[in-house]
Amino acid sequence: MQNREILPPPMLRIGPLRWLKDNLFSTRYNALLTFLAVVFLYLTLHPTLEWVLWHARWDAIPANLKLFLVGIYPMKDVWRVWVCVYWILLLLGLSGGLWGRLAREAALIVGSGAILLLLLPFSWMERLWILGAVLGLFGGLSIGWLLRERKSWRKDVIILWALSPLIVVLFLGGLPNNPLLSPVGTNQWGGLMLTFMLAIVGIASSFPLGVLLALGRQSSLPVIRWISILYIEVVRGVPLITVIFMTSIMLPLFLPAQVRVDQALRAMVAFALFTSAYIAENVRGGLQAVPRGQIEAAKAVGLSGMLTTFFIVLPQALRVVIPANVGQFISLFKDTALVFVASLLDLFGMAKSILANPDWLGRDREVLLFIAFVYWLFTYFLSRMSRRLEKALGVGER
Amino acid sequence: MPAPQTVIPLWRDVRVLRILAQVIFVITLVLVANWFYTNLSRNLGRTGIHVGFDFLHLTAGFRISEGISFESTDSYGYAFWVGIVNTLRVIGIGILLATILGLVAGVARLSTNWLVCKMASVYIETIRNTPLVVQLFFWYTATFLKLPNVHDSLELPGPIYLSQRGLALPVPHLTEHFSSWSYFLVAGLVLACAVYVGRRRYLQRVQRPGFPSAWALITFLGTSALGWFLLPRSPIAWEVPVLSRFNFEGGLQFTPEFAALLTGLVVYTGAFIAEIVRGGILAVSKGQKEAARALALNNLQVLRLVIFPQALRVIIPPITSQYLNLAKNSSLAVAVGYPDLFSVANTIINQSGRAIEMILFIMGSYLIMSLITSAFSNWYNRRIRLVEH
Repeated sequence: MQNREILPPPMLRIGPLRWLKDNLFSTRYNALLTFLAVVFLYLTLHPTLEWVLWHARWDAIPANLKLFLVGIYPMKDVWRVWVCVYWILLLLGLSGGLWGRLAREAALIVGSGAILLLLLPFSWMERLWILGAVLGLFGGLSIGWLLRERKSWRKDVIILWALSPLIVVLFLGGLPNNPLLSPVGTNQWGGLMLTFMLAIVGIASSFPLGVLLALGRQSSLPVIRWISILYIEVVRGVPLITVIFMTSIMLPLFLPAQVRVDQALRAMVAFALFTSAYIAENVRGGLQAVPRGQIEAAKAVGLSGMLTTFFIVLPQALRVVIPANVGQFISLFKDTALVFVASLLDLFGMAKSILANPDWLGRDREVLLFIAFVYWLFTYFLSRMSRRLEKALGVGER
Repeated sequence: MPAPQTVIPLWRDVRVLRILAQVIFVITLVLVANWFYTNLSRNLGRTGIHVGFDFLHLTAGFRISEGISFESTDSYGYAFWVGIVNTLRVIGIGILLATILGLVAGVARLSTNWLVCKMASVYIETIRNTPLVVQLFFWYTATFLKLPNVHDSLELPGPIYLSQRGLALPVPHLTEHFSSWSYFLVAGLVLACAVYVGRRRYLQRVQRPGFPSAWALITFLGTSALGWFLLPRSPIAWEVPVLSRFNFEGGLQFTPEFAALLTGLVVYTGAFIAEIVRGGILAVSKGQKEAARALALNNLQVLRLVIFPQALRVIIPPITSQYLNLAKNSSLAVAVGYPDLFSVANTIINQSGRAIEMILFIMGSYLIMSLITSAFSNWYNRRIRLVEH
């Protein structure tokens, strides 16, 4: 009896007609609903498709592709952007090989996306660059796969990930008096690259501040607690656009006259100030999820308050809030479009300025749909990954 | 004999340390704030700007085409007020429409009809994953401004006219017979109250469930309908927009800016509300539904009496935060040129150069809105909280 194999329940085989009946015409009311939906779809999709295929003038997009991607970044330095892309893809590939599952899936999706790009009508030079990206990703993937047994590599890769924002900023911004990496001011950054930089620098710099604010809000010292609460609630109560507006106008007024801060940096400060309040609230949720027993046990072992916080509470709390913070990154990525109030030329700002050019007059739908698609691609990918991550970490299942 | 008192040295006494830590924290904050303040006053002194609120009485010199009437001779302070009213207008209508759209889309995503479910999913996943400002810009420049000229505007049943100049709707207005009709309304209200109380008492006596409020509603509607037909002319008539030489006149008119902002906010927030509604309905355990079915409640009763009251408890807190997001996102009006409080303040800053004061005003206004909303939501949460015995 014990050894008898447990069989799965028999698979139901459903023919297409049965499927139609079950899913579209199960009741009279459902049939009516299906009919209405089909009519609606026909009325909306038919003119849309006709427009997309015949009337839309998509010429504005290939003609301005460089502007959309990197803005007015000097043409001779575009290779630096590529190197940064390679770096990130190599890391992604390595992580995919080392961890498997989710990371590998992400690497494979990005890789197939890059291969799809190869099929588009780019010039052979651009194709070569893209081919390099594909090779970098899959190279990283195979190296990581070969090294998957050595666990110590995982820590190294995490450190490399943590260092990447710094490396990328240095590489793109350049160094003074360096012939190879000549300085490129952030006023020359633009397009999708600026969008990414704003989002990544914003999240990276808001994270430490957010953790400190969350700890401050949980602190037993009333002054620190109240000031943290005040900061968090005020920032969460105002729209992001006003914070960007404020830093873009007022930051120079609050700093000594000889310090010059350009617009991109001001926008990054705004994102850091704004997002830190939201991160603080996420982290607070994580702090509250750490069972009291953990803290009491740490105290009993004789750890001081500081050690308890940094070695017992925070590691557990931060693990729980990873998905929430990925969500925060996604919404930050979308919100970077708001830097148009500081007249920065990110992906959206670039689209606006291209549309203002008389050469491309009346291409509003085409250009806006294109950039919306680019935003959608990254956000949808990230949110799918975040949902998977949530499951993999088992958050909310304890 | 008591143990000898060991004196804790001052630098290891927790009470002293706690106070010391706070004092150091406050001193650091004050020093930083002072540094900012000195920089600010030095920079302001250098550029010759002075800070104060006297400029609010100065003549604005620009026009606001939307909302309550505003002339270019009115003051800056009044201009800001017009902006606040415009913001509240878009928030009020937006919240109402977004809730309806969100409810429909959320329920549709749970529909057993495959096509309806997929349509709702596509709507939600597309809208949630693109930036709102891109959508707003799309609605404005690529949709509303691409509509036909006012002379060959699209006519929808109603009649509702859609053109480059925006949206023109018929609006109900009261005729001279309304005052006589209002007697019927009052009478209907009184009757309805009486019916409600009587029916409720009766139901309590016979111990049966029922809908006393539906009875009252029918009584009220019946009385007012009776009045409507007895009067020689109907008390409410539709004022239909009429095309004159340059634009529509009469009726209710929305500018393309308002229409674009409202559509964008409603479609965007609706997608988020839909996800909340779906989550709330899924959060009600399946056993509840099955138990209700076992008690022979019909589908509508299950939804109304069992699922919805429980789902509401899960739905309300995140939905209020979505309302708050809608209120804050209304500041994106500046992207389409609708004169809300942020965009009016922006104009004031450009004209008068009073950035600091106006930014304080903007932030203060949004903060007050947020505080009122969160106070209301806290109160409501307390009221519907699950009382566990």
